[in-house]
Amino acid sequence: MRPARLTLLTAVATAAALAAVTGCTEKGADADGDRVIGVTATDDTCEVSTKEFPAGHVELAIENKGSKVTEVYLLFPDDRVVTERENIGPGTRQRVTAEVKAGDYRIACKPGMRGKGIRQDVKATGGKAVKRDPRLDEAVAAYRAYVQAQADETLPKAEAFAKAVQDGDVEAARKAYAPSRIGWERTEPVAESFGDIDPKVDVREDGLEDGQDPATDWTGWHRLEKALWQDGKIGDREKELAGRLITDLTDWQKRVGTADITPTSMANGAKELLDEVATGKVTGEEERYSHTDLVDFKANVEGAEKSYALLKPVARENDPALTRNLDKQFAALDALLDEYRPDTTSYEFTPYDKVGKADRKELSDAVNALAEPLSRLAAAVVK
Amino acid sequence: MTDGNAQTPSRRALLGWGGAGLALGAAAAGGAVAVARAGDEPDAGAGAGAAVAFHGAHQAGIATPVQDRLHFAAFDVTTDDRAEFVALLKEWTEAARRMTAGRPVGEGAHGGLPEAPPDDTGEALGLEPSRLTLTIGFGPSLFDRFDLAGRRPEALEELPRFAGDNLDRDRSGGDLCVQACADDPQVAVHAVRNLARIGFGRVVVRWSQLGFGKTSSTTADTQTPRNLFGFKDGTRNISGAETDRLDKHVWVGKKDGPDWLAGGSYLVARRIRMHIETWDRTSLQEQEDVFGRDKGEGAPVGRTKERDEPFLKAMKPDAHVRLAHPDANAGATLLRRGYSFTDGTDGLGRLDAGLFFLAYQRDPRTGFIRVQRNLAQDALNEYIQHVGSALFAVPPGVRDQGDWWGRTLFSQEA
Repeated sequence: MRPARLTLLTAVATAAALAAVTGCTEKGADADGDRVIGVTATDDTCEVSTKEFPAGHVELAIENKGSKVTEVYLLFPDDRVVTERENIGPGTRQRVTAEVKAGDYRIACKPGMRGKGIRQDVKATGGKAVKRDPRLDEAVAAYRAYVQAQADETLPKAEAFAKAVQDGDVEAARKAYAPSRIGWERTEPVAESFGDIDPKVDVREDGLEDGQDPATDWTGWHRLEKALWQDGKIGDREKELAGRLITDLTDWQKRVGTADITPTSMANGAKELLDEVATGKVTGEEERYSHTDLVDFKANVEGAEKSYALLKPVARENDPALTRNLDKQFAALDALLDEYRPDTTSYEFTPYDKVGKADRKELSDAVNALAEPLSRLAAAVVK
Repeated sequence: MTDGNAQTPSRRALLGWGGAGLALGAAAAGGAVAVARAGDEPDAGAGAGAAVAFHGAHQAGIATPVQDRLHFAAFDVTTDDRAEFVALLKEWTEAARRMTAGRPVGEGAHGGLPEAPPDDTGEALGLEPSRLTLTIGFGPSLFDRFDLAGRRPEALEELPRFAGDNLDRDRSGGDLCVQACADDPQVAVHAVRNLARIGFGRVVVRWSQLGFGKTSSTTADTQTPRNLFGFKDGTRNISGAETDRLDKHVWVGKKDGPDWLAGGSYLVARRIRMHIETWDRTSLQEQEDVFGRDKGEGAPVGRTKERDEPFLKAMKPDAHVRLAHPDANAGATLLRRGYSFTDGTDGLGRLDAGLFFLAYQRDPRTGFIRVQRNLAQDALNEYIQHVGSALFAVPPGVRDQGDWWGRTLFSQEA
C-alpha cells in the first residue's frame, strides 16, 4: 500500500542484516584507509576511488559535485541494496558505512534521485569469512517456507471467493471474502514488498493515486467488498474483477518465494503487521463495508507471532527481558481477540461495527502494549 | 553509551553554550540542579529556557513558578504485577530526571542501532529545558490494586457530584496522572509522549489535555494572567515564596496522615467548558457583576486597584469572587495552577474552549469540595460547565538520585 516506505524499509533491513553478520565489532579498529571508498558524483558521472577493497567494514565517502540532489547505493549484483544514502545535496559530502562479504558489488549514483543510476562495478576481496548465526539462516528459511505456504493456501480460498462472485451469489461471496484474505494479511509486509501487486489487490478507494479513476482503476478485494456489502449486488464488472484478482494473486504466489527476507526484515515486518493493525484495523477503516476487521487483525497478529517465534531463540539469548515481555503481550492480545470469537478454531469474529468505543480502546491499548516492545526485536536479533 | 551527550550536541550542551546557562549545565551534569525552587528567590535564574530542579522535598510543578504551557495526562494501570508497576515508576523517574534537565531519554534520539527505534522520540532535541516540570499523582482507583487499600488516604475519595456537573467519563478519573508544564509546548508534549511510550504494556493513557496561557500565577508577577473570559485570574493565589501559606493550605502535614503522603498534596483537575459565544454577547456590566471585579484593572467591586482587599458584601450575592473567597468558605484556600484550553471547535461551530482547572490543596474536603459546593449558586455557572473531573494524591518530592516517584507509597520500610 505504501511502496516507497517499504522499499526503504527493506533496504534498511538488508543493511542491518549485513551489519548483524559481524556485529559491527570492527568499527573502531578500521583505521586503515583501504576500506574508505571515495565516490565522486556529478550529474552524469559516478567515479569511485578504488574498484577493489578488502571485505569487512567499508565506508563510502561521497561528494556530490553535480548540480542535482543525488543518492548513492551499494548494491549486490542482483540489485538488492546493501546500503544507501539519499538526499545528498549539490556541493555536500556524506559518509555511509556497511559490512560487506567478499564478492561482486556495484556502486550506483542517482542524480536527481531517479532512474537506475550510473553504475560502477566493484569487488570486495579476501577478508575474514563472515559467519552468521546458523539459527538465523534457519529462521529465514522457515519464514520463507511459511510465506510460500500462506500464498499456496490462499489461492484456493480466493478462487472460491471469485467463483461465488462470478456465480452472482452475493451471500456465498460475502462468506468467502474474509477467509480469502487471511494468508495475505498474515504475510502482509512481504506481500506488500511487491510494489506492483499490492495496489492491484489490496488498495482501498482512498488509496488510489492522483488521477486514478475509481470506476476503472480500482481493483481487488476492497472494490468487491464495497459491491457486496454497500451495493449488495454483483454486475459484469465485479465478475471481471474477481477474475483479475485471481490473476494477480497467482502472480504473487509465483513470486513470493523470491522476496528478499532477512532476520531484521522479519523482525521489523512483525512490527509492521502490528502497525497495520494500529492504523487500519483498530479504527475499522480497512474493512469499512464488511466490518470483518477482526479477521484481518487476527491474521496480522498471527503473522507477527510467526516471525517472532522463529527469531525468538536468538532474541532470547540477547534480551531475555524483551522476549519475556513479548510472550506476555502476545498472549494478552490473543486472549483479548478470543473474546470476540465464540469458537477459537474458527475465524468467525464479531463484526467490527458491533465493537463499542471502550472495547476498541482496549484493543488499541493491547496493540500498543505489544507493538512497542516488538519494535525492539530487530535490535535484539542483530545484537 | 551511558550518556548520549558525548556524541551529539544535547539540549544540555546547547544550554551551556548559551553562556547564561553555563553554571546550570554544569549542575545538571552532576545530577543536582538547584535553580528556581520554591522558597528560593522564585525568579532568579528562572528564565524561559532554564531548568527547574527535579529533586526536592516537594515535587516541582506545584509551588514552582507557573510556566506558559501544559500537557496533562491521566493514565490507567493495566498490569497486575506490583513489581512491574514499581519498575515503571523508577523508569519514569529516571526519564523525568533527564528530561527536566533538558536531556534526552535513555540513549537519545539518534546515533544508536539503525535497525531499532531510538529511545527518545527526538522532537525536543536542540530545545532548552524550558523550565519543564513533571509532577505525578495517584488517583483513588489506584488503591484498589496492589494491596494498597490500607494505604489510601481518607481524603482521597472520588469527588462528590456537584450541581451542574456534566461529566464525560472519557475525560475523568485515572489511576495516576502526570502534569507536564513548560514554557515551550513541544517540550511538554515530548515529555508526556515519552512517558506514555515507556508505559505501554503497564499503563495506558486514559485521557489528556493540552493547555496554554496560564490562568494563575504562583509568583508575584507584574501582571496577573487572564482567563478566556478576559478577566484576571489568580490575583490572590498562593505564591511559591509564601512558605507559611503553603504549609497551611497546600502541603500535607505529618499529622494529616498517611505518612507516605507527608510533604505531598492533593490535586483536583476539572475540565471546565466555557460557553464563549454567549459570554461574548453578554453586557460588560453583567460580565463584571458575574465576577465581582472590573474587567480592565481587575479591582473588586467598590475598590480601585486589583490587589485591594475585596469587600464581599458590595458584590452581588451570586458573584463568583464573593462565593469563592476564603472568607465565604471558612478560610478554604487553594493553590491554583490552571490553564486555558482550546480543542478546536465542537462540530456546531462553537469554540471548544475553557479552563483546565488545576488546584493543589492540603485536603480536598476542606479545599476544593468546600468551595465548589459554595459555588452552586455562582452566576458564572450560566456560562460554564464542568465536563471532566479527577482527583489525585500527589506524593512528596524525589529527594535525590537514588529516590523515585512513589517510593514512600510502595516501599515497605516507608
